[in-house]
Amino acid sequence: MSGDNFFSLWVYLSRTPLLWLSVTLIAYAVADRFSAATGRHPLANPVLHAVWMIALLLALSGTPYKTYFEGAQFVHFMLGPATVALALPLYQNRRVVARAIAPMLAALVAGSLTALVSAVTIVKLFGVPQTIIASIAPKSVTAGVAMGIASELGGDAALAAVLVILTGIFGAIIVTPLLTLFGIRDWRARGFAAGLASHGIGTARAFQVNSVAGTFAAIALALNALMTAIIVPPVLGYLLGR
Amino acid sequence: MVIAIATLLLCQLAGEGLARGLGVPVPGPVLGATLLLALLFLRDKAKPVLPREINDGSLDNAANMLLANLSLLFVPAGVGVIQNLQVLRTHGLALALALVVSTILGLLVTAFVFRFVASLTNAEPQTGEDMQ
Repeated sequence: MSGDNFFSLWVYLSRTPLLWLSVTLIAYAVADRFSAATGRHPLANPVLHAVWMIALLLALSGTPYKTYFEGAQFVHFMLGPATVALALPLYQNRRVVARAIAPMLAALVAGSLTALVSAVTIVKLFGVPQTIIASIAPKSVTAGVAMGIASELGGDAALAAVLVILTGIFGAIIVTPLLTLFGIRDWRARGFAAGLASHGIGTARAFQVNSVAGTFAAIALALNALMTAIIVPPVLGYLLGR
Repeated sequence: MVIAIATLLLCQLAGEGLARGLGVPVPGPVLGATLLLALLFLRDKAKPVLPREINDGSLDNAANMLLANLSLLFVPAGVGVIQNLQVLRTHGLALALALVVSTILGLLVTAFVFRFVASLTNAEPQTGEDMQ
């Protein structure tokens, strides 16, 4: 194949959703194999490694994110149905869940407030502009909700989504070693913490490790979406003195 | 399989409709999960009236397939990081410190409060299986 032909083929393929959808699936498959090969080591987080591989490919080929997303949106779309599907493990573990209502509610209030107040206090100490403070406030909840909260408070929705993903990846990596270090052996507590602090990516991690942990992560993810939507506006108003 | 997938989508659709219609601050898919949960409880009571695919394990298979690949679904949004490198560079230290510290504190406080209240109510911990 001559250089010109290759170039025109690339121009054609790089514009079809097919290419970037395939790239997304393959990068993830590679990252997931790697994760499985390491016995699901926290640092081998499949989201983290798939993301940098794709980002590198986009940078090298000079492809804008918008073009990439035209293909990747089909994967992104499945987040909605997957959230609905979380009802299944919840139903299967309903007896375990029903016995843990009180610890869940207490942990929800305490954990949600801690994550919010500590994040906002730290960025405020650094004198970060208010639009960025409003974008980091909802970082522990699932992307769709966080974007809504951020833009309502004058933040940047796209930046909020990025901070959500980074929080999710960091939480998914740190949760296992951290809670093991502090001697938390209860799967319910471990999963609930993962879902509360690092939403869906933490929940995906919890399901990798244990199904009870995954179920409690899913519940925490849902409850914290609601909780954060309610507490962010008053807490942020109080912390910023407005 | 078609009805199983349609069921998941319909739950989400109804959830989005309810969330928008009632103006509640809950994401549509979370309300959709609540509706699917109701359907699963209904399935125990009203098996014969429901479509076969709800009962024969197809719905469970479709849901499990999605959950088995949950991490994959965050990859497209994750790649979006490349659009915000500028802000991340300018305020990198503050944002990184805030993310790291608040995530660690959030995880610890959540897990410890959960364990503390669970021990007050005498609920037995769910340990077992190897920890990773």
